[in-house]
Amino acid sequence: MIPDLGRYVVEVTLAYAVSLALLAGLVGWVWLRGQRVRRELNAVEARARQKK
Amino acid sequence: MTTTTRPSLWEYANPVKFMRLTDWLLPLVGWAAAALVLVGLVWGFFFTPDDFRQGSTVKIIFLHVPSALMAINAWIMMLAASLVWLIRRHHVSALAARAAGPVGAVMTLIALFTGAVWGQPMWGTWWAWDPRLTSFLILFLFYLGYIALWSAIEDPDTAADLTAVLCIVGSVFAVLSRYAAIFWNQGLHQGASLSVAPGTRMDWAYKAPLYVAMTGFGLLFLALVLAGTRTEIRARRMSALMTRERMQA
Repeated sequence: MIPDLGRYVVEVTLAYAVSLALLAGLVGWVWLRGQRVRRELNAVEARARQKK
Repeated sequence: MTTTTRPSLWEYANPVKFMRLTDWLLPLVGWAAAALVLVGLVWGFFFTPDDFRQGSTVKIIFLHVPSALMAINAWIMMLAASLVWLIRRHHVSALAARAAGPVGAVMTLIALFTGAVWGQPMWGTWWAWDPRLTSFLILFLFYLGYIALWSAIEDPDTAADLTAVLCIVGSVFAVLSRYAAIFWNQGLHQGASLSVAPGTRMDWAYKAPLYVAMTGFGLLFLALVLAGTRTEIRARRMSALMTRERMQA
């Protein structure tokens, strides 16, 4: 299944591994930050509603 | 007689309307991006032949070109959003520009890294002070500066103003990154990989998966910017509510 990358196996594998790790890290960061801010906003809105 | 009014793009400068639109648009764009990036990269990595000169390193093109394209386009999008902020004072546009910063920075980093890894076996060096490489490095530093400036200023409107100015200045390097190889016809980096000019250089065996990957990266950028903008809108509302809380206490 894995293609024969010949003498450039290290370069090609490294390029894909690091790039995919960076993309996964970026998507994860955006998603996790979104979840955290949403949770915090819900808590602040709940407090504001209670005070009314 | 009844008159019908066409919906305007500016309506989505309203945070409530933007959130309502992206409620259904974001999952759509996100899944389309995931599918196209996956198809483009799997096709490019597993099912393309080696190049007669570059061997298997040609497979790096499916990461390098889409990420470089998005590195430049992200800055152009940030420039457009910053100009909208400066001229029309729509908060959503400033927040969209802010959300695009980290995405553009990562795209630039991927382009620089894959370029170095590709350059080593092809040019015999990881790095050269070539016009395109250098302008890309400066663009990356501009991205870092842009992100840092947003974080360093407490007042969001002042931060939006100053980052918009930085964005306009940095646009020079975004344009240079795209056209450096043409402006200074020297250095190691080649010209455009894809061209509409006659005598096209790339075979469809590479071009087809490359177009898929480029579309996927474009949609991924859009999805991440939409998600980031939603987060920034929520963070801004939270900040306003907390300020009101402090004033009432």
